[in-house]
Amino acid sequence: MSINGKAYIAGAYEHPTRKAIDKSLPQLHAEVAKGALDDAGLTHADVDGYFCAGDAPGLGPINMIDYLGIKPRFMDSTDTGGSSYVVHVEHAAQAIAEGRCRVALITLAGRPAAEGMATGTKPRIYNQLAPDVQFEFPYSPVVTNMYAMAAMRHMHEYGTTSEQLAWIRVAASTHAQHNPHALRREVVTVEDVVNSPMITTPLRRLDCCVISDGGGALVVVHPDIAKELKRPLVKIRGCASFAKGQDGGKTDLTYTAGRVTGPRAFDEAGLKPSDMKYASIYDSFTITVLLQLEDLGFCEKGQGGKFVSDGNLISGVGKLPFNTDGGGLCNNHPANRGGMTKVIEAVRQLRGEAHPKVQVPNCDLALAHGTGGSIGTRHASSTVIMERE
Amino acid sequence: MTTTDREIANPDPNPETQVFWDAAGQGKLMIKICKSCNEAHYYPRALCPHCLSDQTEWVEAKGTGEVYTFSVMKRAKVSFTIAYVTLDEGVKMLTNIVDTDFDKVTIGQKVKVVFKPSENGQAVPMFTPA
Repeated sequence: MSINGKAYIAGAYEHPTRKAIDKSLPQLHAEVAKGALDDAGLTHADVDGYFCAGDAPGLGPINMIDYLGIKPRFMDSTDTGGSSYVVHVEHAAQAIAEGRCRVALITLAGRPAAEGMATGTKPRIYNQLAPDVQFEFPYSPVVTNMYAMAAMRHMHEYGTTSEQLAWIRVAASTHAQHNPHALRREVVTVEDVVNSPMITTPLRRLDCCVISDGGGALVVVHPDIAKELKRPLVKIRGCASFAKGQDGGKTDLTYTAGRVTGPRAFDEAGLKPSDMKYASIYDSFTITVLLQLEDLGFCEKGQGGKFVSDGNLISGVGKLPFNTDGGGLCNNHPANRGGMTKVIEAVRQLRGEAHPKVQVPNCDLALAHGTGGSIGTRHASSTVIMERE
Repeated sequence: MTTTDREIANPDPNPETQVFWDAAGQGKLMIKICKSCNEAHYYPRALCPHCLSDQTEWVEAKGTGEVYTFSVMKRAKVSFTIAYVTLDEGVKMLTNIVDTDFDKVTIGQKVKVVFKPSENGQAVPMFTPA
């Protein structure tokens, strides 16, 4: 069953905190839930579907459902890391299309900054019993060096340069200067990026996203409910999710699961990449953006370096404005999971509620794309295409 | 920074993988080949990830290959190099490049297996220039 036009995003809220020393993790989930429901003009009594991922403390969704005092008749706690919340939009749209719920709440929250977590440079084992752990963790794979290996191979095969990757950070920082909540608001140059300290070759500090607390929530609703509310109508047109791994040892780090999700989501929407006025692209690292832009079809494989150069991702300057909130690179990467904020900024753009300095004129079609896990080993990507009605 | 003085985390063998780690202790790098589809795979499983046949068998790899990609970690107490190496048998494995000047590692470089002890003494396969 196609979900094209079967559900709308009626509420979106991003928590303003970036370091939540004085708040608990469940409290952050509740605050973003309230924020998104208030934004939609709904109450927590209206919620009949709930979606969360591994950042939500408890057994799947159960503890948060109890804590929030909601009574959903549909629930889902699919966890694909940072892309979970894009997957949840797809699953919520499916559930609404099938009549299993009508008001779906999706929440994300985390406080890695308050907890002093070395997100990118300490090994993280999600589950000691995962079959790959014994064959990988002796070699100290951390987030940064795994993405760095994808960048190294892309440079080798396609001649991509550090300067080209730097343009992605330049675009994000140009947008972030207008976001009062952004963690890093200083505008940087290509020279600033390529002269920042090396973390793990070839990625430098400014190729990496921020570590921040916070969270966000979305409310996905049945079309009848969306039309009763006072908010601009943001219709879901197409969704797709896919997981990619090492293929039993035929590992290829030059592409991501977006190669599958992009064409499938565009096909469901009946649209093509060049129709998009704005794109939220997961930006754990600069290389993440470059690979996904290629895989989603915004340019040919191998041409990502040229595509992102010379300000092509800067709103008002280039052909594809991206991450106008500053993205994970500059604004926020709550719980080390950036998919939620990708959808939220796309919704702001479609509503015309982005900051005036970065708002894309007549933004009626937008894409949000997330990638969770590691592109260096195994990950899942998810794409959602939305239209302002 | 020519070698790995880094503490190597212990692998945690299980009944499916004990052969691999026991062989590593004897200086052998083992991979799996499926008798049903004739494909090699890595990391090793009891059931083939290419066809889900349970007719997989251990074979000793030659222990030589080339660097597919790598990254030199600079932001660590002890710098180290992570890499994927494509074995001559065709499968890629995540590993470390050791006993060499990390700044001279290149994609396509020929490498051979060496074994380094983890914290509890378990031999772990790594690679060094051939």
